[in-house]
Amino acid sequence: MEYLLEALHVTKVFGTLKANDDVTLKVKPGEIHAFLGENGAGKSTLVKMIYGALQPTSGEFRWMGKSVTIPSPAAARKLGIGMVFQHFSLFDALTVAENIALAMPGAFDMKKLSERITRVSRDYGLPLEPTAVVADLSVGERQRIEIVRCLLQEPKLLIMDEPTAVLTPQEADQLFVTLARLAGEGCAVIYISHRLEEVKRLCHNVTILRHGKVVANVDPATETAASLARLMVGGDIHVVKSAREDQRGATRLKLDHLKLPADGPFSVELRNVSLDVKAGEVVAIAGVAGNGQSELFDAVSGERSLRDAAMLVIDGKPMGHDGVNTRRNAGAAFVPEERLGHGAVPGFTLSQNVVLTRHSSDEALVKSGMVSSGGAAGVSQRVIKDFDVRKGKPDPEARSLSGGNLQKFVVGRELDRKPGVLVVNQPTWGVDAGAAATVRQAIVDLARQGSAVLVISQDLDEIFEIADRIAVISRGQLSEAYPASELSSEKIGLLMAGAHELKETAHAARA
Amino acid sequence: MRLVLEKRAEASGRMAILSPIIAILLTLVTGGIIFALRGLNPFSALYVFFVEPLTTAWSIEQLIVKATPLAMIGAGLAVSYMANVWNIGAEGQLTAGAILGSAIPVFFPEFQSPFTLVVMLALGIIGGMAWASIPAFLKNRFGTNEILTSLMLVYVIQLVLDWLVRGPWRDPKGYNFPKTIAFSDWQMLPSFQLIPPSIGPIYVNLGAILAVIAVVALAFMMGRTLKGFELRVQGVAPRAGRFAGFSREKTVWFCFLLSGGLAGLAGICEVMSTVGQLQPGISPGYGFTAIIVAFLGRLNPIGALVAAFALAISYLGGESAQVALGISDKTARVFQGILLFYILACDSLILYRLKFIGRTPQLAEGRA
Repeated sequence: MEYLLEALHVTKVFGTLKANDDVTLKVKPGEIHAFLGENGAGKSTLVKMIYGALQPTSGEFRWMGKSVTIPSPAAARKLGIGMVFQHFSLFDALTVAENIALAMPGAFDMKKLSERITRVSRDYGLPLEPTAVVADLSVGERQRIEIVRCLLQEPKLLIMDEPTAVLTPQEADQLFVTLARLAGEGCAVIYISHRLEEVKRLCHNVTILRHGKVVANVDPATETAASLARLMVGGDIHVVKSAREDQRGATRLKLDHLKLPADGPFSVELRNVSLDVKAGEVVAIAGVAGNGQSELFDAVSGERSLRDAAMLVIDGKPMGHDGVNTRRNAGAAFVPEERLGHGAVPGFTLSQNVVLTRHSSDEALVKSGMVSSGGAAGVSQRVIKDFDVRKGKPDPEARSLSGGNLQKFVVGRELDRKPGVLVVNQPTWGVDAGAAATVRQAIVDLARQGSAVLVISQDLDEIFEIADRIAVISRGQLSEAYPASELSSEKIGLLMAGAHELKETAHAARA
Repeated sequence: MRLVLEKRAEASGRMAILSPIIAILLTLVTGGIIFALRGLNPFSALYVFFVEPLTTAWSIEQLIVKATPLAMIGAGLAVSYMANVWNIGAEGQLTAGAILGSAIPVFFPEFQSPFTLVVMLALGIIGGMAWASIPAFLKNRFGTNEILTSLMLVYVIQLVLDWLVRGPWRDPKGYNFPKTIAFSDWQMLPSFQLIPPSIGPIYVNLGAILAVIAVVALAFMMGRTLKGFELRVQGVAPRAGRFAGFSREKTVWFCFLLSGGLAGLAGICEVMSTVGQLQPGISPGYGFTAIIVAFLGRLNPIGALVAAFALAISYLGGESAQVALGISDKTARVFQGILLFYILACDSLILYRLKFIGRTPQLAEGRA
């Protein structure tokens, strides 16, 4: 048995779309095999077929040399295939052991199971307390539950879908040790990621997909991140050009001891967040998801009102009490993290979605209370052209666009206004490399034209690519903003883990 | 063989139109089966129920009379539901409007001028709005579920009506019947000839004209204005609505006042036309049936006008079935309920498609 899993001429057709087209690839036991590709390249479809969630239209899979059909995830698990999804399926109110028990086939003994969890998690360097309640755990710990859940079934193949997207650098390092160890024991790993450096560092073999086809199978050790990106995008990837000369002007966006109480059991309280963003610069806020980023965005955009108007100042005007439209009219623009349902209405067309954020700032769109569909269509066409938004119909519903194209539209809709202050939360979350480059370039260009840009992101590569200064948010507290050139990944990692919180507490104690 | 619902990429425009038609057909088939089980010929029973009411000029007039409150209330509810505000208490707001408007003839029976008509209609609207403002306030202030509060308030105001017409507002010369004095002259809605006597004649009252005006105005608001845009955004994506700077509280107020006001107007129009005085049972459940009207009309005001006629037929059919077939006129309610059930079921086909999936393939190993 040379290969553990082989896919031979696998094709999957959805309607008229070939999601996978004649895909052939081979995975050896003990190999960490990366699937690289832009969004919509067909990675997810391929893994879903391997995990039995979808059936191929034609072609076959071989498992340990024998032809198999995998009718369901249960059958896949029976063969020895485990999968850790990007979005966890855990019950917050249950304990670690209970969550794992729910996924185990047949009867189980809670006590024995807890012992196994402790043993396996310790053996693989993924410490877990079986009696801990999931709601109290960090995202990294939750991911461990998912991994341990797979490991308990002693898989021969483990599929990981963008596992590091939610982890701190330190947590990611720990995960890599675990995966390397698993591979050493003969377990194969299929690793899906957008992060080229990671793939280079961790994987033995890379299969690159584009438009549903395998375009290359390469050894990552002999490739550079740039050459991998080129294969993935199919052309030289656009490098963000930022003239890094120091041309900062006056402060355009100022957060001054901004405080916001938590508004629910899973919400984070913002504590004394202070930050100045000056004309001409991009300031990024790094941090692990769920440390107050969305609360900060809501506070800055005005979706949640602040107690004290002076906590938020736009171009010298205290606007803490004002709503989102007043802030827009003052020259600010906002792009939230969630495209569908927050930044855009899924069932509305693109031109209707133009009206969503511009109805009060754009006089051409609303005349005496009536929506001008012509005006909206004009703006929408301009954004589509300027940002190369690809779509099927002239004016499609937002939900029919791919993530990358919708993101280009949502960002483009705001940039088209030439805002003086731009606040973006996760500008390229779940977006393919081509679209990400377009969005990042547009953000940097805007700053160079004299606007102040605040970017909230979990993607450190992105932050280093575009930011002039970087601050880190952790449990609702924001660190000082450091010039990007003075910060290393390691230092950011420490800040993410809350190093500045201690310092500030010490400050408070001394004061 | 397995039947699954698969999500569509975009909402199907074709299904949005077909869904109510399929629902009506399924309702007829189900109704036929019910008639057959009761030993009636399903075809002639359905004929009596749904076709006969349309065969005479007089019954066309009756149809318009029944469709008027349904369209008026249904259009308001459609707008409200579109914005995700669930006013289920239109029947109560109808009653409140009828009570407040009737205060004029009760307290000032001698006050007779065109102005009387206007004041009574205005009070009807205000009464409906006032009753609707209770669930709106409770929702905004305390986060109570408006479905429950608006529904429960129906029974409260119906008891108030009952008390009024049996007690303080009872006609002293009415032989102790629970009703107010009969309205007259400017306390009643004027009628207009819709179709000349050579064909009809068919008369409609002012209420029908007001209903059409309300429907057209609401359709314009939803289709063209920023207010309509705001309401639609709030309905499908509340988070995006907040991002657009639209206030949820204001939307709750707006929807309740609008749908409540229209229900109140429908209520006062009923007592100023068909009923002619205030009494218990001024409405055969128009406020509830209008919920079905709103859904059958695709939550679109114009659609609600069309749907109002469909539901009006079921009321008339219930009456003629009682006479011709000797079955309870509550049969109409059964049909209405079945219809709502089928509409909601068929509506899932707008966003999903039905798909047959072949027999689940078995794990086959060792073919190589």
